[in-house]
Amino acid sequence: MEKLEVKNLNHHFGFTEILRDINFTLNKGEVLSIVGPSGGGKTTLMHLCADLLDVEEGSVTNTFTSSSFAFQEGRLLPWKNVIDNIALGLLAKGESKHEAIQKSQEIALRFGLEEEDFEKFPKDLSGGMKQRVSFARALVVKPSLLFLDEPFSALDIGLKKELQGILIDMISKKEISILFITHDLMEAIRLSDEILLLKADPGHIVKRFSYELTQNQRDDKYVYGESAKILQDEEIIDTFELELK
Amino acid sequence: MIINIKYDIISTTIQIRNNVKFLLKILKDFPAYLWSGWGAIASIFLFLAFWDFGNQVYGDLVLPSPLVTFQTLTTMLLDENVWLEINTTLYRASVGFGVSLLLGSALGLVAGFFATASMMSRPIVTILVGMPPIAWIVLAMIWFGMGDETVIFTVIIASFPIIFVGALQGTRTLDGDLKEMAESFKLPWHMKFFDVYFPHIFSYVFPAWVSGLGMAWKIVIMAELLATSNGMGASLAVARSQLDTPTALALVVVMIGSLMFIEYIILEPIKREVELWRS
Repeated sequence: MEKLEVKNLNHHFGFTEILRDINFTLNKGEVLSIVGPSGGGKTTLMHLCADLLDVEEGSVTNTFTSSSFAFQEGRLLPWKNVIDNIALGLLAKGESKHEAIQKSQEIALRFGLEEEDFEKFPKDLSGGMKQRVSFARALVVKPSLLFLDEPFSALDIGLKKELQGILIDMISKKEISILFITHDLMEAIRLSDEILLLKADPGHIVKRFSYELTQNQRDDKYVYGESAKILQDEEIIDTFELELK
Repeated sequence: MIINIKYDIISTTIQIRNNVKFLLKILKDFPAYLWSGWGAIASIFLFLAFWDFGNQVYGDLVLPSPLVTFQTLTTMLLDENVWLEINTTLYRASVGFGVSLLLGSALGLVAGFFATASMMSRPIVTILVGMPPIAWIVLAMIWFGMGDETVIFTVIIASFPIIFVGALQGTRTLDGDLKEMAESFKLPWHMKFFDVYFPHIFSYVFPAWVSGLGMAWKIVIMAELLATSNGMGASLAVARSQLDTPTALALVVVMIGSLMFIEYIILEPIKREVELWRS
């Protein structure tokens, strides 16, 4: 069984303690969200899980066969056009150029890009289109584990729903597992099986919330209801400093 | 291992094929680029008009008319000896520029990868850039005497820092976010180099080459004028001593003309294609 297991993870940058005693397991087909205020060590935690940072104390065991990353800001290569950007991951895996281009074109169309956009460079794309390309690049490699680092935060509500819809579709078919970082509780409730609340200074997990209902059955009413509930939670209020002072 | 090598060879072939395609695109867009040059030609003619006006005001000795200059130029270009001088200058400029291109790019790239090296190289670059070329010429004359070496040395020392700084900036400014992205997709080393690092570095190094070349061309003439008895710079010195203004101007036209040819006919079309992605 593929899984991502984090045990007793601590991390420091110099003398600053960033993360303390993080433990969780992400199983295949699950969506795990880490929520918390900005600067709480969420991105560091994700980078440790994705092997972009070296683990110093504790352990991160990743047995997923493949993974990919969608970043908060698209991080497209400015000198490559849309299709070549999407094909990057496929080419890195050693697929033939022809096949990679074909797959990239297919997924680009599915993600709402148009044929006339294929040759465009990132400088000619709107923010939303860049994020579509970034998503397509991450998903075209059919990863079994997807890392999402607040990819929705700069998007308008329509596009957000559209991209989340694609993910929910994949989740309900158990095609993908997701480690999702966000500071938006509603987003987390819409997508996750489990939410970990990460409190800052140093980052440590203070509470876990589980959601049983399958993602494709969660309607707006459910999401709003659960959001209202979670917003009254004392730990949430404390962590996000929601109290009026 | 063998599979890896094979894979590398395949991707290198793809890379070469891409480069050929790129070259063809440059050639294909070339006529359109030339056609866009009418504005430039108009401004050159305007300049010639002012030049002729200057001739009418100040007379033939001070400023020969464009017509006389170009007539002198034609007779000059029919003379084999003049071509020898031009070749000598071309040789010196290209050896000097070639050396600083290789040295400057290589050292700049290496220095860019190490924080200490780039920090340490800064004051040296300031000295190299700040030192007037004429002072280098004097020193080189003392060190190497009158000849090729002096000129080539001065050309190297003048164009090296420009290229070095370009290459250094290119590596220093590599985007950490993109590196991380490349890590996350586990790009193999050749893709990391060709797809992530190279285009960025090249966008810095290429303009530096262009300005380095302009500098080399200017310095070679100056060094020749002071330190040698052949080459275009020396011919210029002779024209000066004989108060032969038409020949001096004709030489200037050759210098400017060749620089314009290299810049606008060779380099600019390449630059346009290379920097298509820039906003």
